[in-house]
Amino acid sequence: MANRPQPLGVMVWVGMGALALVLALTLSPLMTIAAFGRDGFALRITDWAAIHFTLVQAFLSTVLSLAIAVPLARAVARRHFWGRRLFVALMGAPFILPVIVAVFGIISSFGHNGLIAQILRPFGVVMPEIYGLHGVVLAHMFFNLPLAARLILQAWQDVPQERVRLAQSLGLGHAAFFRHIEWQILRNTLPPAFAIIFLLCCSSFAVALILGGGPRATTIELAIYQAFRFDFDLGRAASLAAVQALLCLVLGGIALKWTRPRNPLGTGLDRPLALPRGGRIAAVSDGFVILVAGVFLILPLVRVLWLGLPHLIDLPSQVWVAALRSVVMALFATAICLCLSLHIALTLTRLKAAPYLEAICLLALVISPLALGTGWFLMLRQITNPIAWALPVTVLVNALMALPFVLRALLPALREAEASQARLATALGLQGWKRFRHAYLPRLIRPLGFGAGLAAALSMGDLGVIALFAAPDHATLPLEMMRLMGAYRMQEAQGAATVLLGLSLCLFWVFDRGGRIYA
Amino acid sequence: MKHTIIAAGMSVAAGMALADVPVLQVYTYDSFMADWGPGPQVERAFEEICGCDLQFIGAGDGAALLARLQLEGPRSDADIVLGLDTNLMQTARDTGLFVPHGITAPALTLPIQWQDPEFLPFDWGYFAFVHNTDLANPPRNFEDLAASDLRILIQDPRSSTPGLGLVYWIEAAYGSDAARIWEGLSDNIVTVTPGWSEAYGLFLEGEADMVLSYSTSPAYHVIAEEDDSKTAAAFEEGHYMQIEIAGMTAASDQPALARAFLEFMLSPAFQSVIPTGNWMYPAALPASALPEGFDGLIAPETVLHFSAKEAADRRDAAIETWQTALSR
Repeated sequence: MANRPQPLGVMVWVGMGALALVLALTLSPLMTIAAFGRDGFALRITDWAAIHFTLVQAFLSTVLSLAIAVPLARAVARRHFWGRRLFVALMGAPFILPVIVAVFGIISSFGHNGLIAQILRPFGVVMPEIYGLHGVVLAHMFFNLPLAARLILQAWQDVPQERVRLAQSLGLGHAAFFRHIEWQILRNTLPPAFAIIFLLCCSSFAVALILGGGPRATTIELAIYQAFRFDFDLGRAASLAAVQALLCLVLGGIALKWTRPRNPLGTGLDRPLALPRGGRIAAVSDGFVILVAGVFLILPLVRVLWLGLPHLIDLPSQVWVAALRSVVMALFATAICLCLSLHIALTLTRLKAAPYLEAICLLALVISPLALGTGWFLMLRQITNPIAWALPVTVLVNALMALPFVLRALLPALREAEASQARLATALGLQGWKRFRHAYLPRLIRPLGFGAGLAAALSMGDLGVIALFAAPDHATLPLEMMRLMGAYRMQEAQGAATVLLGLSLCLFWVFDRGGRIYA
Repeated sequence: MKHTIIAAGMSVAAGMALADVPVLQVYTYDSFMADWGPGPQVERAFEEICGCDLQFIGAGDGAALLARLQLEGPRSDADIVLGLDTNLMQTARDTGLFVPHGITAPALTLPIQWQDPEFLPFDWGYFAFVHNTDLANPPRNFEDLAASDLRILIQDPRSSTPGLGLVYWIEAAYGSDAARIWEGLSDNIVTVTPGWSEAYGLFLEGEADMVLSYSTSPAYHVIAEEDDSKTAAAFEEGHYMQIEIAGMTAASDQPALARAFLEFMLSPAFQSVIPTGNWMYPAALPASALPEGFDGLIAPETVLHFSAKEAADRRDAAIETWQTALSR
């Protein structure tokens, strides 16, 4: 092997093996589901209600997120204010937040008895019930408004300065500037953002589990869970999982298709951007949007810490046991995810079919965790007690879920390393491990650290497959927290939320920081 | 009965020379094994005589408990499932995951005769809506409740035995008119919780005017908290009765120990914990043995109850009625 002209030959095959493994781990549960329903998938009226509710809440969540994200991104793009960088960084935080912690913070901030309700009560204002459609939409906005704002902000910042100058020298008014510059950006950014957020809202589970529930507010994901844990109707669980997988594949396909080349205005000389700022009214409205969005995003987190810190001392031991279990699982998931994505990335950089192969890894993202979990459960049941395998399956699914994100972080760095170092490395006769170690690794450590941080934080906070499988006596920290909430042991749930929040952020920080230090 | 326990104890003692203490795993609902529930006392009392390690494992409310056993299938670790009720009994039997207990039950104090090869009762009670005594004009029937703007908390019939009990209660009282009652109730329901604990917790936090629970629940507040501010609304249609049951699994690797536990379950040591632990009527203790706070409870004139077979036949349609009415 070492004498062959292509360097890293072995690694390509290992990478192809990793890809095949990912494909097998994602497709075999889907095939199991399909085989289970070969007698025809039967959906009841209530299942159609779940499909309907899923689409309605996803549509509302997406439209409202985008409607606020556009003015927010614009305000952040054209204003300079104290803490702007922190604000932009904060908009990335919901991504690594454990969903259950965020939902908990949202309930205790905006709920029927939350902080806002307590402040407004003396004035005779009663906050509406948070359980049901508006609670689900509000929680989805918490996660997706900042995501949308970041996507749009990125596009805004890519506007070449030359274009803005040109528009100004032509004397374009607000309307014309919007039509020729801003609309061009939005027209290209909004459709893919819409598709991605719609997809995320359709396949979110933990939000619906806590804030939905009754027949009026059941999503497909929740219906899968209920068919499992309440009815033990595997046929219906498989039918619903098939519907969910199909829906996600279609939406994922649309999202990919709508992702056109990002910049419709061409590139400029990369000079710092100064967008026209508008008059005083614009300044006030920009400030208002930033303030409201800031409070909406920060208040729930402050609430979690405020409520939880006093209860850290007297947390029951099972919370700490669950925390330890979750950390160990997160580390395993991270190791598996890094190992797979590194090999896949090394392979993708040297193959022409890379885009198609990368799409395989997106499968894991597109297909809902509960659909995957259902398939896995049905497979395992034929050979063993699946409940006993809850933790390993959760680790594996978590690793697969983080894979597309880690891959996205690794690929650009690896391509760059390949472009700049490959010739030198070949000239020096570096092969295999040595080549990787000396030519590539130094340039990969930063994205590796970032990717590991993402994978660990996502896995730490995950409440998906584990809810489907888990025995309560082997709970992860998010599941333990849900049980405490369910048993109405609120002070302990508050403490657990703080531990979970701290551990997730800590894991991310340690890996990300480690990557930066050793880079 | 004692002989079986002693025999089990001796075989256990013999086994201990070779191996660790045998473990008896009992799957039950969360409030049974809670610190304030009957679980800890039962565990202490049984471990004194069995020479074993009794472990309670919480698996959600009654129906979710059965689903858990089905999820694990024939390879389950459970030896005993405690906390199903007669409404789920036929479904549980049909899974084939339970085996006959072979026990001749002592004299029971249930309102009905008991004869079942697989399941034994451990307590019983009536479903009722619990409210604060200061509630003006508490409803006297479901029609009143549906017409009112009272905020109520109920449980999901697919996961919870009280939730399922309410579905049968309305089914038994109104028959083909049940859908109309549910549609009337749908705007009174604050939320549908997966289990009893969640709903009762929300009620105590002041999130609703009434909660679906038991006619015996006010006794808890009177006896344990010296608080007489809670009462149960007596409904003119009558109240649906629940009989809670336990059975031993086919998957058990400790059948002798499991049988010993079921016998213990009907002995005074277990039964006397029930009134002030699970806040239900014990299945094998005379009424004279009930504590004082049980005197002031409502006593339904009409008792509604479906046989296990009838409940199983009606289950899918009744839940579908509930789901359809509430998803509007």
